[in-house]
Amino acid sequence: MMLTRLANPTRFMRLADRLLPWLAAATVLAFAAGLVWGLGFAPPDYQQGDTVRIMFVHVPAAWLAMFGYSFMAVASFVALVWKHPLADVAAKAAAPLGAGFCLIALITGSLWGEPMWGTWWVWDARLTSMLVLFFLYVGYIALWSAIDEPERAARAAAILALVGAVNVPIVKFSVDWWSTLHQPASVIRMDGPTIDASILWPLAINALAFQLYFVTVLLWRMKAELIGRRIRALTLGIAAREA
Amino acid sequence: MNAFLAVLRRDLRLAFAQGGSVGLVVGFFVIAATLFPLASGPERAELARVAPAVIWIGALLATLLSLDRMFQADLEDGSLDLLLAGGAPSSLVVLAKCLAHWLSTGLPLVIVSPLLSLLLGLDGAGTIMLGKTLLLGTPTLSLIGAVGAGLTVGVRRAGILIAVLVLPLYVPVLIFGAGAVDLAMLGLDTGPSLALLGAVLLVSLPVGTLGAAAALRLAAL
Amino acid sequence: MDDLAQFLAMGGYAAYVWPAFGTTFLVVIGLAVASWRRLKSAEARLALLEHSRPARRARPRTAA
Repeated sequence: MMLTRLANPTRFMRLADRLLPWLAAATVLAFAAGLVWGLGFAPPDYQQGDTVRIMFVHVPAAWLAMFGYSFMAVASFVALVWKHPLADVAAKAAAPLGAGFCLIALITGSLWGEPMWGTWWVWDARLTSMLVLFFLYVGYIALWSAIDEPERAARAAAILALVGAVNVPIVKFSVDWWSTLHQPASVIRMDGPTIDASILWPLAINALAFQLYFVTVLLWRMKAELIGRRIRALTLGIAAREA
Repeated sequence: MNAFLAVLRRDLRLAFAQGGSVGLVVGFFVIAATLFPLASGPERAELARVAPAVIWIGALLATLLSLDRMFQADLEDGSLDLLLAGGAPSSLVVLAKCLAHWLSTGLPLVIVSPLLSLLLGLDGAGTIMLGKTLLLGTPTLSLIGAVGAGLTVGVRRAGILIAVLVLPLYVPVLIFGAGAVDLAMLGLDTGPSLALLGAVLLVSLPVGTLGAAAALRLAAL
Repeated sequence: MDDLAQFLAMGGYAAYVWPAFGTTFLVVIGLAVASWRRLKSAEARLALLEHSRPARRARPRTAA
């Protein structure tokens, strides 16, 4: 199965090295296209005017933040159940990316909300869930750095990611239930009634750009992590021999 | 089954015998809640409106405080390995520990909560609902907290780390718990939120015990 | 010239649109650069380490 073939780190490294130049180029191109189309050619919204352009970075960032966490959960499951050596490396590499996109989604969300709702932060159900998701990311990264021995840190982080993944839908539901209980005056829905083609296309291009970026930087971080572990093994080996 | 009872009895004796941890937790809970009027002013109406949030957050933090002692002591005196190596499945051991933790932390908070609702001016309906939601919610805090405790056993500065790991997972319990008390004070129907609180507890039972058991097996690695 | 100014004004919402795009690409580029540098420094350290350690298969070299 593809997964087991990739289990061997050196084969993964060779494959990554072959893919990375194309991925990086595609990312830059997609970002350029998305930016020019989104900022330059997409029409302003009849209600929100030009602030709707913030959607072209806010929505893809929110998608990638959620994609990042589910990617981590799946990788952690594979790491725990099948002891796949690369799965926990992938999960660890994905965490800062997901957290970064979460941050972008929060900042752009509040920048978008200000002209519409008049305050920098609105306890809108989606923004609040995004904030809790960001705390989950921070917890995951903190756990990795708190445990020194990579083997144990990987397993502990995998358990946390799985327990977190089970709770994310519950948190999302409870925040939605909470926002209906204390109904804030959210006048204009974030993504508008319907998204017509003139907005949908640039949004899709930007989402593609964010996704390509995610994979590219993920591979970089995975390579760095694998090399880091090899260095650790070597230094331990040398230390053991000298002792 | 007797392993379950043995672990339970042992932990309860430890918690109550020391006389320390139960009293400390309740003491923190009461002090934290009384700080609030000192900070925001004594108007009873305003206090009552925010009292559910204050008391519930106090219960969350009180539970957090006692979490890192859950497995840490056993790791230090080596009994953790004995417990895991013993015949009983590790999730049963964890369940016993969670029950012991709840009996020595959650339950005392429930018993003391009427005093706090008196201090913060909660009316009758609010007080009763507060007791119900705490009774239904605090076991979840122990179960989810056990995962945080298990993951960080033997790690330096585990206390703060457990808080960062576990508080986001406490959000549903806090929302449904405090929400139910608000609804009760407004005289609205609290059925759904209590049912949801119960549902969260049912989900946390397997997730908490299995997660913490897996985490503990790591520590014994 | 003025359509550039008009473009930059973003229909009067320049103060929100440009910071939004600015922070996005600040985080995106920052994360990419940090990850890239991390990779390069790891590769360098690995090369250094492998260089100084006698390769198992190569004939035993005299003390470097």
